[in-house]
Amino acid sequence: MADDIRLMKGNEAIGEAAIRAGCVAYFGYPITPQNELTAYMAANMFPKGRTFIQAESETSAINMVYGAAATGARAMTSSSSPGISLKQEGISYLCGADLPAVIVNVARSGPGLGGISPSQGDYFQSTRGGGHGDYYTIVLAPKSVQESADLTYEAFALSDKYRIPVLVLADGLIGQMMEGVKLPAPIDPASLPKKAWAAGRQAEEGRAPNHVSSMNLVPEELEALNIARFKHYETVKKELCRYEEVQVEDADIVLVAYGTSARVSLGALQAARAMGVKVGLFRPITLWPFPYDRLNALAKRGKRFLAVEMSMGQMVEDVRLATNGQAPVDFYGRCGGMVPSEEEVLAEVQRLLAR
Amino acid sequence: MELAFGHPKSLKPIQTKYCPGCGHGVIHRIIAEVIDEMGLQTKSIITNPVGCSIWADLYFDFDSVQPAHGRTPAASTAIKRMLPDHLVICYQGDLAAIGTAEIIHAANRGEKFTTIFVNNAIYGMTGGQMAPTTLVGQYATTAPNGRDPVEAGMGYPIKVCELLATLGGTKYLARGAVNNPANIKKTKKYIRTALEAQMRGEGFTLVEVLAQCPTNWKMSPADAVGWLEQNMIPFYPLGEIKNTLQPAQTDAAAGER
Ligand SMILES: Cc1ncc(C[n+]2csc(CCOP(=O)(O)OP(=O)(O)O)c2C)c(N)n1
Ligand code: SF4
Ligand SMILES: [Mg+2]
Repeated sequence: MADDIRLMKGNEAIGEAAIRAGCVAYFGYPITPQNELTAYMAANMFPKGRTFIQAESETSAINMVYGAAATGARAMTSSSSPGISLKQEGISYLCGADLPAVIVNVARSGPGLGGISPSQGDYFQSTRGGGHGDYYTIVLAPKSVQESADLTYEAFALSDKYRIPVLVLADGLIGQMMEGVKLPAPIDPASLPKKAWAAGRQAEEGRAPNHVSSMNLVPEELEALNIARFKHYETVKKELCRYEEVQVEDADIVLVAYGTSARVSLGALQAARAMGVKVGLFRPITLWPFPYDRLNALAKRGKRFLAVEMSMGQMVEDVRLATNGQAPVDFYGRCGGMVPSEEEVLAEVQRLLAR
Repeated sequence: MELAFGHPKSLKPIQTKYCPGCGHGVIHRIIAEVIDEMGLQTKSIITNPVGCSIWADLYFDFDSVQPAHGRTPAASTAIKRMLPDHLVICYQGDLAAIGTAEIIHAANRGEKFTTIFVNNAIYGMTGGQMAPTTLVGQYATTAPNGRDPVEAGMGYPIKVCELLATLGGTKYLARGAVNNPANIKKTKKYIRTALEAQMRGEGFTLVEVLAQCPTNWKMSPADAVGWLEQNMIPFYPLGEIKNTLQPAQTDAAAGER
């Protein structure tokens, strides 16, 4: 069954990939455009003897994730932008207690209730922690249904490995569209290694009590814990930065885009190349850790950049941080649920190159 | 010689940070005694709340999980579902305001952990602000002229057991107090009934415990036990507010009704 290719919505593929990754606990609350994911889990978790709960709110759902994660279980929640805002309290606690968990954001347009159409306006929230305190979560940005499945599946392993929550940042377009997807091999949750720090099974393990907590009222101790966590983040940055490059080597201008806007940018690149215009594409797959070093190296080689986003310009700040004034960085974006077209991006490229 | 009475194994033999006369310590002790009696020390997990009893994980000698303010019922829901053969105790002071949604829906889903709701009619940890269970007229730093339900927008004190009793998932809701030995004994029985029902998987169980907070009531410990008797018990009646446990199983508590 591991090799079957199915036609699935992004939302469903994320659900199936989570189940195959050994997710035994899913907690959700309805919100468009990720409803198919919650429904998929409702239909498929219970028959497998796993836990599905439609929580009373996103706040409760993330705190259920916290409880499940504290026992060492692979746990997940999903939502869309307004619901992800409600989850920030719990995400901060997960990070403070060093608990692994997977959070999926099938993002929509904001601020406020905003709209239900796709957006990349949650980049700041996703890549800067999002809640209170000093912390980061790993952020993975899929561009397709296939990659949504692959990255969700991998998110559980990464989260367990690093004891950092992983945010899968998709958008309404990826969640809603259907594509062929080859699903990863199912993992038997019982085969996963036990987590020595988790609560429960004290008798079997014959150990001293475990306390899962983010609290520490001694400033010297809490500072030391935060410093240790940030040292750990440096390891993650070294090991995990991931990106895709398309025809960057000879490019006169490199489009920088993730997720849906990277797909649009790829179309613009192909159209430009057909016209003899040398456009490249740099697509960050990990938004945290962001591939600063690679972009910096490209800037040093004299590349110029155009960040393309479905926002008023958020990731572009990381491109500027990466290039650090060594290369021109421009921005093109649509927002409010609008998706830029290939023609628009191409026109912007031509405008910039003609300047 | 047989040891007839001693310190419960499930509670570490150390001095607590709680104020003199505080109810939390007594409640910890009777919970620990019941866990010892049930032989469940290494199969227990407590979710210690945000509040003075956040320190509970220093004192109970078994696993613990510390969730956000008011969210312990949500976290306990998942813990119990992941570990259904464990004894999960959701220890709370913060369930009738910030945790209202979480407790109502955990109760309504019939989640099979046990909540110990410590009602001391005040926010202890933050220094004596009004709690949802503060009595009408009672002083709090945020009710400087006494709790005034309507004009000052403070609302009425909430009777948690009675509120939850209408929900289908609730099987056992009892209210005890720790202001004198007789009440402590009864409260321990309620806790035992609830924890046994949990291990039989019967449904949602909660024991509300009226407790002293002499520090924020601004009284001596001796005055606090009297104040609880004269002011809290008349408004928050003691006893089993709801008991729909399987009939054969309720004999232990029957004498106390
Ligand atoms: C989100 C959030 N809001 C507010 C607080 C501050 N806070 C800590 S404990 C507490 C109330 C504690 O009172 P209670 O739950 O009655 O417990 P007690 O200390 O009386 O035992 C509050 C408001 C917090 N920690 N987190
Ligand atoms: S402030 Fe009140 S509740 Fe907190 S430890 Fe002191 S007496 Fe107990
Ligand atoms: Mg209180």
